[in-house]
Amino acid sequence: MDALTALVEWFTVPMQFEFVQRALLVSVVAGVVCAVLSCWMTLVGWSLMGDAVSHAVLPGVVLSYMFGMPFALGALIFGGGSVALIGVVNRTSRVKEDAVIGVVFTAMFALGLVMISRVPSQTDLGHILFGNVLGVSDGDILQVLLLAAVVLAVVWYKHRDLTMYAFDPVHAHAIGVNPRLLETLLLGLLSVTVVVALQAVGIILVVAMVIIPGATAYLLTDRFERMLMISAAIAFAAAVTGVFTSFHLNVSTGGCIVLAQAIAFTLAYLFSPGQGVLWKGRTARAVRATRAGH
Amino acid sequence: MTAAIEVTGATVRYGDVLALDDVYLSVEPGRVCGLLGMNGSGKSTLFKTVLGLVTADRGRVRILGMGNTAARRKGLVGYVPQSEQVDWAFPVRVRDVVMMGRYGHMGRRRRPRPADREAVEHALLRTDLTGLADRQIGALSGGQRKRAFVARAIAQDADVLLLDEPFAGVDKRSEATITDLLLQLRQAGHTLLVSTHDLAQVPELCDEAVLLQRRVIAHGTPEEVLEPDVLLEAFGIHPSEEGRSWTP
Ligand SMILES: Nc1ncnc2c1ncn2[C@@H]1O[C@H](COP(=O)(O)OP(=O)(O)OP(=O)(O)O)[C@@H](O)[C@H]1O
Ligand SMILES: [Mg+2]
Repeated sequence: MDALTALVEWFTVPMQFEFVQRALLVSVVAGVVCAVLSCWMTLVGWSLMGDAVSHAVLPGVVLSYMFGMPFALGALIFGGGSVALIGVVNRTSRVKEDAVIGVVFTAMFALGLVMISRVPSQTDLGHILFGNVLGVSDGDILQVLLLAAVVLAVVWYKHRDLTMYAFDPVHAHAIGVNPRLLETLLLGLLSVTVVVALQAVGIILVVAMVIIPGATAYLLTDRFERMLMISAAIAFAAAVTGVFTSFHLNVSTGGCIVLAQAIAFTLAYLFSPGQGVLWKGRTARAVRATRAGH
Repeated sequence: MTAAIEVTGATVRYGDVLALDDVYLSVEPGRVCGLLGMNGSGKSTLFKTVLGLVTADRGRVRILGMGNTAARRKGLVGYVPQSEQVDWAFPVRVRDVVMMGRYGHMGRRRRPRPADREAVEHALLRTDLTGLADRQIGALSGGQRKRAFVARAIAQDADVLLLDEPFAGVDKRSEATITDLLLQLRQAGHTLLVSTHDLAQVPELCDEAVLLQRRVIAHGTPEEVLEPDVLLEAFGIHPSEEGRSWTP
């Protein structure tokens, strides 16, 4: 059996299983939606906020399972609620924003942990925390697709305003566009996106999905539109690689997806033309060599 | 005739700091008004008050007879801040930044039409930035960055332009480019409020000048305001003889 057949079979064999197809669908959709949003997250510097929202949804997810509601409903309420709470405490106290974020999300997460120890055993904490994409139900898939479509539609409609907000909110104000509204919109999109990604990689790793692809793309281009495309492409490739690797090696799917993204980041960090560390090192050496030559 | 910019009794505090104290200012349409004053005299604060970026404790702002929110929504106000608090590593090109000046003219999706592209190219040409338009915004020198933000204001085609120290840190050539440009804008009927520390330039550029020191100390023709006695009264110092490039 030659290498090519082996490679083809590496993909085709798992695809015979329906659960792999479903996992792939959810991972790719979640990955791409997160990747698109991650471009703004990297530029406004909201990685901590992403971490916060993802942890804060835990009580909502637990409640959803308790009452047999769609998981996204509880998650959205708690995600959005936490963002609002962070905003209020931030404005009405002298505590710095990162501290407020730290307090709110750990408190929410703790509440979730306490609640889960009271819930009938069919909800598995491990699945919520680390994802269980190989076991997603039809209902879960439907929610992921629905929310993903909402996020992509809003982003498609508003992306230029969001970029203007990220770059220069004062200019937005000057031309009569309320930067606070755009900030709220971006936070809302973040909350929904986090919920989309929960199914794929679980609470703990969601933040990776909304940061790494954007940060990687940022190392590779100076143009925002290209950044969006590169970011989405990286997330797509990482989702595919992650799902298949996890199948063959029988290891955590969420872990594999995020690891694949992290590898992409590392490669960009090292080799990106003009930005990469090795590139810069070479330029510096060249400069030193020229100087020495004189 | 409605004033283009009208500030009535504006008082602004930052905590304990009284930045503006009962400021009255009225600029007629189509005029260039120079805003002069020492560091910390409240020039930037006055711009921000007109824009509604800071809220006045007391007083009222009208732009072309409208409240500032209405005027901003109609795209009547263009603003070039003193120091752009933007991320210079942001992945936008100079052309993209100038295009943001057109957003008020576009639909909700901000999709540029041919007229918008034309306005952007025109603004780039007038600010002498055509050759640099595809550069990332941070890959410009300080003076070129300044010109890029002036270009954005020009592309916006706002009736009232607020320029906070557009000449700070620019060389003679850029300064001449910008001065020409501002005079052309006045010719085209725009109203300009321009703060500057370069007094030598004021008679050439401005129809009138305002001397600010937390409150308005003098408002008149450049000759009246630049009278040594007025300056002496305002700051207790004379403008330097040499080159008249006195910096308060
Ligand atoms: N955000 C702020 N918080 C507190 N005080 C401020 C703030 N901004 C300005 N001030 C104070 O308000 C006063 C007016 O400042 P402003 O920036 O309006 O002066 P300016 O005339 O623009 O000065 P410059 O010529 O240095 O630009 C100063 O005393 C300044 O220290
Ligand atoms: Mg100032």
